[in-house]
Amino acid sequence: MAVLVIAEHSNAALNDATAKTVSAAKAFGGDIDVLVAGHNAGAAAAAAAKIAGVRKVLHADGPAFEKQIAEAMEALIVPLMAGYDALFAPASTSGKNYAPRIAARLDIMQLSDISAVIDKDTFERPIYAGNAIMTVKSADAKKVITVRGTAYPAAADGGSAAVETIAAPAGPFAAAFVSEELSKSDRPELQSAKRVVSGGRALASAEQFQQYILPLADKLKAGVGASRAAVDAGYAPNDYQVGQTGKVVAPELYVAIGISGAIQHLAGMKDSKIIVAINKDEEAPIFQVADYGLVGDLFKIVPELTEKL
Amino acid sequence: MKVLVPVKRVIDYNVRPRVKPDGTGVDLANVKMAMNPFCEISIEEAVRLKEKGVATEIVVVSIGPQQAQETIRVGLAMGGDRGILVQTDQTVEPLAVAKILKAIVDAEQPGLVITGKQAIDDDANQTGQMLAALLGWPQGTFASEIVKDGDKLKVTREVDGGLQTVALNLPAVVTTDLRLNEPRFASLPNIMKAKQKKIDMKTPADYGVDIAPRLAVVKVAEPRKREAGEKVADVDTLISKLKTAGAI
Repeated sequence: MAVLVIAEHSNAALNDATAKTVSAAKAFGGDIDVLVAGHNAGAAAAAAAKIAGVRKVLHADGPAFEKQIAEAMEALIVPLMAGYDALFAPASTSGKNYAPRIAARLDIMQLSDISAVIDKDTFERPIYAGNAIMTVKSADAKKVITVRGTAYPAAADGGSAAVETIAAPAGPFAAAFVSEELSKSDRPELQSAKRVVSGGRALASAEQFQQYILPLADKLKAGVGASRAAVDAGYAPNDYQVGQTGKVVAPELYVAIGISGAIQHLAGMKDSKIIVAINKDEEAPIFQVADYGLVGDLFKIVPELTEKL
Repeated sequence: MKVLVPVKRVIDYNVRPRVKPDGTGVDLANVKMAMNPFCEISIEEAVRLKEKGVATEIVVVSIGPQQAQETIRVGLAMGGDRGILVQTDQTVEPLAVAKILKAIVDAEQPGLVITGKQAIDDDANQTGQMLAALLGWPQGTFASEIVKDGDKLKVTREVDGGLQTVALNLPAVVTTDLRLNEPRFASLPNIMKAKQKKIDMKTPADYGVDIAPRLAVVKVAEPRKREAGEKVADVDTLISKLKTAGAI
């Protein structure tokens, strides 16, 4: 049996999600190869080769792969799957983008966002915003799987797999990358941060979001998240959104400030180790999942907390 | 340009799903159902494209039980022109949905398909991408902005690091994210008018698609419960509790 893990990377560096996906692939079993599809991504390929348990790294280089355009990923990966029993990709916006294209071309019903591997046909995945956990058995001979980032810890380094260069389809493809606007931040990345400070609608403006949430995040060396309400209102950028349709996080400490705790938000953070909620409404549902709740005015509490930490 | 908008009837966004005691699924009996929120956003975007003169006709498609007709009517009341219901009481997985939609696209020849990025019941996030692959079309997933630019469609996408813009050849598939627009409420006159609009009734067999599920549900369980903790009186207590717990 052999598994192809698709690496998540920025060309210059490997994303943590890759080693987490390798861990899920190990639970599935078989030989594990990692595909690094990128442009000038030698550094990422070298990093993937160091993950313990990887048999070899396949490195495909081409301009269309710099941003892992889904149409190009499909053209590259579909033929590769002749040699593999399963494809494992991170359930990132990138993995979610290309994996179903590959599954459809291979006539496989994809297993999205799995949280556990039970055996080679059986998997657990959350449905209904994590309000139910479904165990499903796949009848397809091969599997296409995306893995929830919080489900498995990152596989450790310690390997020294060979890096094999493979040909990358040159296109042209029917879609092309135009531009991107990435949030720039020196803070820890939301999905790998050990601590997360999230703000909600009660912050009431983008200025106050920055004025109250960011200093506390800096003090805690935390990543910054937000509820959908805060993102919809423009208080925080879209990539801060934690929840059912945003990012799923499970840090050691999650501080929810002015977030009521809609089920869609809880779906993205309720596996955090310790949850702190600060909200003026003592009936807010967030308190039902919080380890420590503080009822009161966030505009007084948060500066005091930031100062005293 | 004709626009096809597939929509799904799902549990209402505000209802808390309950797992059935026998572990076979989520209890949907007597639960309020509604159009999947992302599908509403898709209809709204199609209607806006029509208002801008980019779209000429909006066809609203649903695959599901008889009651999914009501979901199509909501789309027609928001501004869709006609509907197609592919009726089945079986669970239809995203791959089978994509195959049926491909057959509909082959027959209808739209220039653009706009659909929600995921349904809030199975949270699969697959159908649009699968349809695009089966058609050999490009895709713009998780869209927060759609602009027709000459013979291309520029789609701004919500991605993990921020926003990404791609240019798609047409025809194409777009899947919608939350910030694309705010769906309108259908006015009463439009709801009345929608009752007169045509809905074609079909079955999966009409399209020659095998919808037998590939995934067997072994069980559906409640997630691990999280115990509510304690309320603390002030910031000092909070800090000392966090220190004791080793969180800071």
